[in-house]
Amino acid sequence: MRLTPEEEAILGGVQGDAVRRALEYQIEVGRFWGATRFVPVTSVHMMGDIEVMGDAGLAYLRDEAARGARCRVATTTNARCMDFAHCERLGQDAGEAAKERELIATLRRMDVVTTDTCINYQTVYQPHLGEHVAWGDTGTVIYANSVFGARSNFEAGPAALAAALTGRTPEYGFHLDEHRKGTFAVELKAGLQDLADWGAVGKIVGESHQNYYAVPVFHGFGRSPTADELKHLGAALASYGSMGMFHFVGVTPEAPSVDALPRERISISENEIQNIYRSYKLGDGDARLVVFSGPQQSLFEMKRLAELFYGRKIKPGSTCVVTTNSAVLSQSEKLGYRKTLESAGVTILEGVCFYILQNLSPMREKNRWTNMVSNSAKIVNIIGAHRFNTILRRTADCVEIACSGVLR
Amino acid sequence: MVEGEALVSEEGFSPRYDLDRWTGVITKPGHKLEGQSIVDRICFFPTAKGGIAAGWAFYDIKWKKIAPKAFVFGVTNPVMVQGAIFAGIPITEGWDRHPRELVRNGDHVRVDPARKVIEIL
Repeated sequence: MRLTPEEEAILGGVQGDAVRRALEYQIEVGRFWGATRFVPVTSVHMMGDIEVMGDAGLAYLRDEAARGARCRVATTTNARCMDFAHCERLGQDAGEAAKERELIATLRRMDVVTTDTCINYQTVYQPHLGEHVAWGDTGTVIYANSVFGARSNFEAGPAALAAALTGRTPEYGFHLDEHRKGTFAVELKAGLQDLADWGAVGKIVGESHQNYYAVPVFHGFGRSPTADELKHLGAALASYGSMGMFHFVGVTPEAPSVDALPRERISISENEIQNIYRSYKLGDGDARLVVFSGPQQSLFEMKRLAELFYGRKIKPGSTCVVTTNSAVLSQSEKLGYRKTLESAGVTILEGVCFYILQNLSPMREKNRWTNMVSNSAKIVNIIGAHRFNTILRRTADCVEIACSGVLR
Repeated sequence: MVEGEALVSEEGFSPRYDLDRWTGVITKPGHKLEGQSIVDRICFFPTAKGGIAAGWAFYDIKWKKIAPKAFVFGVTNPVMVQGAIFAGIPITEGWDRHPRELVRNGDHVRVDPARKVIEIL
């Protein structure tokens, strides 16, 4: 990589030990991907919680803070593994809770803004066309690249933190024009009236083209998708396909026109969507866990859930978990959605996502959960290691399952 | 350069989606390697799945002494690379032939990232 005079100075230790080590690490990563230089970033979003970092990660962070590591760009955090208002009731480990508090305090000492959200692009920061950022939650990256036309790679915890300390990231992948072109076209012939349908599209397209550099171009859709629909599409593409970008003709800023589509063509009809719903095994028919999470709910998702749960109650013995961030929860409270949901028996967790929760496997065992039902294709994909049998269902069907206790 | 026992997968990998990060065993129901341990293995994965957990998770499992000896990906993504480099686990991308033609689970292999060569010993 070609370094600027400032970058050479950082390597020489002129700006301190923490930022020197961060740049060295970024150079090694950049070298793997053939980056020729760094690009400055204006926003960093990082993953950092005790469940994924472990004692080793916490020790590293403590060490960095002690070395004087400080963020030089606006840096926010992804969803974490504990909502302290609920952790005892959920049976999370008190020792880990203490570590999580220490972790949060350490991040704040480094000037990390602990937003605890995977929907930062909805409620915290909206980068503009061409803006280089370093974001880490794959759903945030694909949204930034695709819908905003901003530029980011998947930046995992330590890589995002390094970018926060150095103010830059290696220029490879989606920072470069050459990787932002569509590589195959997807004609959307289904109605896609529910967020789960958009996630199902992401599963179909992502699973069959699992490649960071695969960029689908969606076309043929009869109306303008909403932000939440693009959110579920992106989160599923990123999760199933490890994709960092998509185009949507007439919708996203860098999409090609309909007469300039890539050569490879696939098409998705209502039948393919229905096949996805039919594909899930219902196991022992356990319907006691329904989750709206992964990603956290937006304000309008909360509104819709409040409408569906209004006047109803969760089946006794069942658990329905909704996760969101503090901004959305605050507004949901003012608008009455929170009261409606909690009156129905819904558990609302703040600043977390369900699949990230500390102690999730023991929680599953203690509650004798076998199945997990959700309207999020992303969470249905990613919670498997905790040994849940997962089932994707449309939003209203999920609410029905939560209230009836019957799995269909 | 690193040597070890091969573990060859027909399915992609994510440490959060697929792995029990307390035992080093693949626990995702239905994963092609379900029930297998990745501990100290040279792991051949065709693809990487999404998610960013690997950034911290590889460091975590290395510290817990349940990490693989190396990751050999057909295609990979930045998160796997960031995580492997941070944890000091060798990682490579690209196969000129599919491992299933040449390598079986349990074969003793040597990975040399500098020369871009993998040898079955």
